[in-house]
Amino acid sequence: MIGVIAWKEFRSLFASPLAWIILAIMQVILAWVFLYQLSGYMENLPRIQQLANPPGITEIVSSAVFGFAAILLLMAVPLLTMRLFSEERRNQTLTLLLSAPISNLEIVLGKFAGLMLFLALALGLVLLMSASLALGGPIDWGLIGANSLGLLLLLSAFAALGLFISSLTQHAVIAAFASFGALLLLWILNGMTQDPNHPLVYVSLMKHFEGFNRGLIGTADVAYLLLFAATFLILTMRQLDAKRLQG
Amino acid sequence: MTESADITLSTHRLTRRYGNALAVADLDLELKRGEVLGLLGPNGAGKTTTMQMLTGNLAPSSGSVSICGIDLLEKPRLAKAKIGYLPETPPLYRELTVDEFLTFCGRLHRVPRGELSQAVKQTKARCGLDDMGRRLIAHLSKGYQQRVGIAQAILHQPDVVILDEPTVGLDPNQIREIRALIRELGGSHSVILSTHILPEVEAICDRVQIMHRGKIVFADSIDGLRRSRQTENLVVGFMRPPTLEALKAITGVKDAQAMENNLIRVLCHQDVHPAEAITRSAAENNWGLTQLSPEHTSLEDVFAQLTRQEVAA
Repeated sequence: MIGVIAWKEFRSLFASPLAWIILAIMQVILAWVFLYQLSGYMENLPRIQQLANPPGITEIVSSAVFGFAAILLLMAVPLLTMRLFSEERRNQTLTLLLSAPISNLEIVLGKFAGLMLFLALALGLVLLMSASLALGGPIDWGLIGANSLGLLLLLSAFAALGLFISSLTQHAVIAAFASFGALLLLWILNGMTQDPNHPLVYVSLMKHFEGFNRGLIGTADVAYLLLFAATFLILTMRQLDAKRLQG
Repeated sequence: MTESADITLSTHRLTRRYGNALAVADLDLELKRGEVLGLLGPNGAGKTTTMQMLTGNLAPSSGSVSICGIDLLEKPRLAKAKIGYLPETPPLYRELTVDEFLTFCGRLHRVPRGELSQAVKQTKARCGLDDMGRRLIAHLSKGYQQRVGIAQAILHQPDVVILDEPTVGLDPNQIREIRALIRELGGSHSVILSTHILPEVEAICDRVQIMHRGKIVFADSIDGLRRSRQTENLVVGFMRPPTLEALKAITGVKDAQAMENNLIRVLCHQDVHPAEAITRSAAENNWGLTQLSPEHTSLEDVFAQLTRQEVAA
């Protein structure tokens, strides 16, 4: 049943130009970052090779591309999540799901999975771009793997938060902007303090992605992002139930 | 529920409050298999709230709903599987085609894979959507969208079909077709429909319950409603109207009152019906009779009457 809803969401995304535009713009910008980093690497190759522990091409090009993709998707995901509940409520199509013999868990997970399917596709494009470096020589697959896993977990956190905010309001634009604001705030939270052990640093999403970006898969980071996503998915379910109780 | 198996839907003291406002109070409904029940009432009477509670979209403040003996609040999934619901605004995904949408609905309601395409085809045929399968819902006219809404509600062969104002916003031809469809549905499913159009209830329902301020103020068969609507009065119209006194002089006429549009309301005696006498007088005196019909009270009148009775009782 989750699959049925997920597949419908996935297809609905592509029925609107928004998904295509987001994919296209992301690809153009990332391609530009990719080429910029690549040419920078080529130009500075002689100097880089003189370093005691020189960074590889994957580190310079791919990490930058993934880092940039994270920021781009931070802006794109709210645009994709905004419609999931807000628009359904506004168009009164949510009734269809609520009247069907399915649970709130299935509705929420279905929508989440549908969106993640799309985001995985976006991630796949980033991954392919990095993998194209392999045409020129050996690359660090481990680093790319860590980055991909990190970005996937990060996206699930973005999507869960966006989904929750979308369930709070009937207005898609409000949902989009509120999600964007919340995500951006969580992203830059660590900038507010110099102390690396400050609790704000621990909450910051950026901090938890940084490790993956450098090729480190930390249990704490994985756990944080998974818990973050799970928390907001549960809150979304509760919100659906609250609507039923309060009307 | 221990009553007979023929009861597909019943509610017990169903109540819903919005803050302090009582939207639905102690509602008892009962629906038998194959019956079309009309839920009638003015705007804000609590019809939609009731239907939302019957379909599990809204939790009641107190009371219970049972669908084919399954408690909706305790086992929502089992109960919901037996319901088809068309809300006031048909819940349609405009970006999908009719086929895609109905297939999606069928899957949501767990129509077995093998039977799904056949079910979609049959339902389309029933709702007059045969040639619309590949059209985008966004491109359909309001009438066809309404049909897709009904198709969605009956696709999975539910025991109870709940339709909230199914003919609102349709043109007269479409209204007639939709009514015929609902009438047909009554054969195999139980149907509850809400409306504030009285002729609609007369045309398609077996039984009617009238709601007013969240309460049932009238519950009877459709014949009972007809009887309560009929009065002993006649409405007559003339090209060259006589004086009211001349009319009052005719045998059987208790009183005559001028109405709008040059019509005259004639109050009759219980035992002698004056219709024949009026026609004869009209012919003899060359009044030019244009109309002679029994007066039906309007819905508003029925309402006024019923709510007054309620207070008196």
